[in-house]
Amino acid sequence: MAVLVLIDHENGLLKQPSRSAVAAAAKLGEVHALVAGHADAGDAAAAAARLPGVTKVLKVESEIYAHALAEPLSALLVNLAQGYSHLLAASTAVGKNVMPRVAALLDVQPISDIAEVIDADTFVRPIYAGNALATVKSSDATKVITVRAASFDPVPAEGGSGAIESVAGAGDTGVSRFVSAELSKSERPELTAARVVISGGRGMQNGENFSLIDPIAEKLGAAVGASRAAVDAGFVPNDYQVGQTGKIVAPELYMAIGISGAIQHLAGMKDSKVIVAINKDEEAPIFQVADYGLVADLFTALPELKAELERA
Amino acid sequence: MKILVPVKRVVDYNVKVRVKSDHSGVELAGVKMAMNPFDEIAIEEAVRLKEKGVATEIVAISIGVPQCQETIRTALAMGADRGILVETDVSPEPLAVAKMLKAIAVKEQPRLVILGKQAIDDDMNATGQMLAALLGWPQGTFASKVTIEGDTATVTREIDGGLETVALTLPAIVTADLRLNEPRYASLPNIMKARKKPIEILKPADLGVDPAPRLTTLKVSEPPKRQAGKKVGSVAELVDKLRNEAKVI
Repeated sequence: MAVLVLIDHENGLLKQPSRSAVAAAAKLGEVHALVAGHADAGDAAAAAARLPGVTKVLKVESEIYAHALAEPLSALLVNLAQGYSHLLAASTAVGKNVMPRVAALLDVQPISDIAEVIDADTFVRPIYAGNALATVKSSDATKVITVRAASFDPVPAEGGSGAIESVAGAGDTGVSRFVSAELSKSERPELTAARVVISGGRGMQNGENFSLIDPIAEKLGAAVGASRAAVDAGFVPNDYQVGQTGKIVAPELYMAIGISGAIQHLAGMKDSKVIVAINKDEEAPIFQVADYGLVADLFTALPELKAELERA
Repeated sequence: MKILVPVKRVVDYNVKVRVKSDHSGVELAGVKMAMNPFDEIAIEEAVRLKEKGVATEIVAISIGVPQCQETIRTALAMGADRGILVETDVSPEPLAVAKMLKAIAVKEQPRLVILGKQAIDDDMNATGQMLAALLGWPQGTFASKVTIEGDTATVTREIDGGLETVALTLPAIVTADLRLNEPRYASLPNIMKARKKPIEILKPADLGVDPAPRLTTLKVSEPPKRQAGKKVGSVAELVDKLRNEAKVI
């Protein structure tokens, strides 16, 4: 049986975590992709069809899917579930919102945030903020899964040529309505897709000081993140948060600036390839996971780092 | 308006858990337990809605071992009016929990159920969405703001790129994210008062639910340990290492 992946997309572009979900799905069987949306569904479906390994794209175009509301989207997935052994989505805000709802409607226990596929029934997932890894085996007929994108290398954006098939929507329950969205504007890459991430913590002292990070991020093509402490203090918006309950990232290079390294923060970044910590407290736990630690005042280190990067 | 708030007893968030040597799970013996932090936020939101005159009664529910009564007492001390404990030795999965909560909701007829968005032990992030599905109610997950007006809950949600606001027709489910509020500490007089508030004790069978799990845990292991690396003496040395040793910039 084939595997169906719910694609998360915006403005006709696929979110990179969905490409990781396709990579996980490819370990389970033939991959079909579901693209539900409104005006931009056609572009997103075309992009999904170009993903290597995707043999078929189910495209659903209707206003009721414009904002990926959980109620109509879960009804649609339940309609399409028959004939699929697994239903997957990336652990994005959309996937986490929709997939458990789908699972309950199918009388299935979802398997959240898998980090490894062992076989068709068996998966590894982090528990306790990633301080333990559980290997779980599902006895449900249909597996409903969200995929930790940081644990699966995304499939390339191009190279496939899947067929696109239009399918009917499942109607609207009428109990939920999109009102508005307030999206952070940033020139930077998305946190979960960036090759380099630079995060600031409580040590940044205020929001204005994040401007010390900006030119370095610009230079390195990095996304900017933050610890919970920095978000709680109002330095930066909520969607900057890296950690157990925020975003999970695993970039090539992660730089933690003025971050002490609470276990909840480490849970969101400890799978990064190279970790740099800059902190004036040499006892800070972040140094226990950092490949390169610099004990220094960030207010002198950041301008120096900017100058050093510009020098070469 | 009645509000239900499920509360889970979990390992305290400050505890660094250890994996058992036989890989059957994590060590829970002698470990400090507490209410799941997101559930504290859920209780706080319900109490604030009561203080605003929107809610009339708050029922705190916990499912698990007899000691979950302590978790319910904490909720009662924060301002919940009464408790329901569904006593079971097995730790039920979100699916079974959602089924039990559905049975309670059908009996109690709340207009709103507020849950924490995820429990910090199994990190499933599923129960609220599943309860919404089983009841056929709309869901406002990862909420950072909730306003109730007439028959509508307006919920601002934390999404990947920022915030999204949805309007839900009551009855509805809300799951609390970190920034919804800052939970209060229970005062001593309120802790004393909470001792006199009633807790009803049920069994899963009373709710017609089989709590048997669908997932079997084959093994629990330690994640690969990261070795602490080296300290560098200067920014120049750091940049040199990143360029020439790690080759990441």
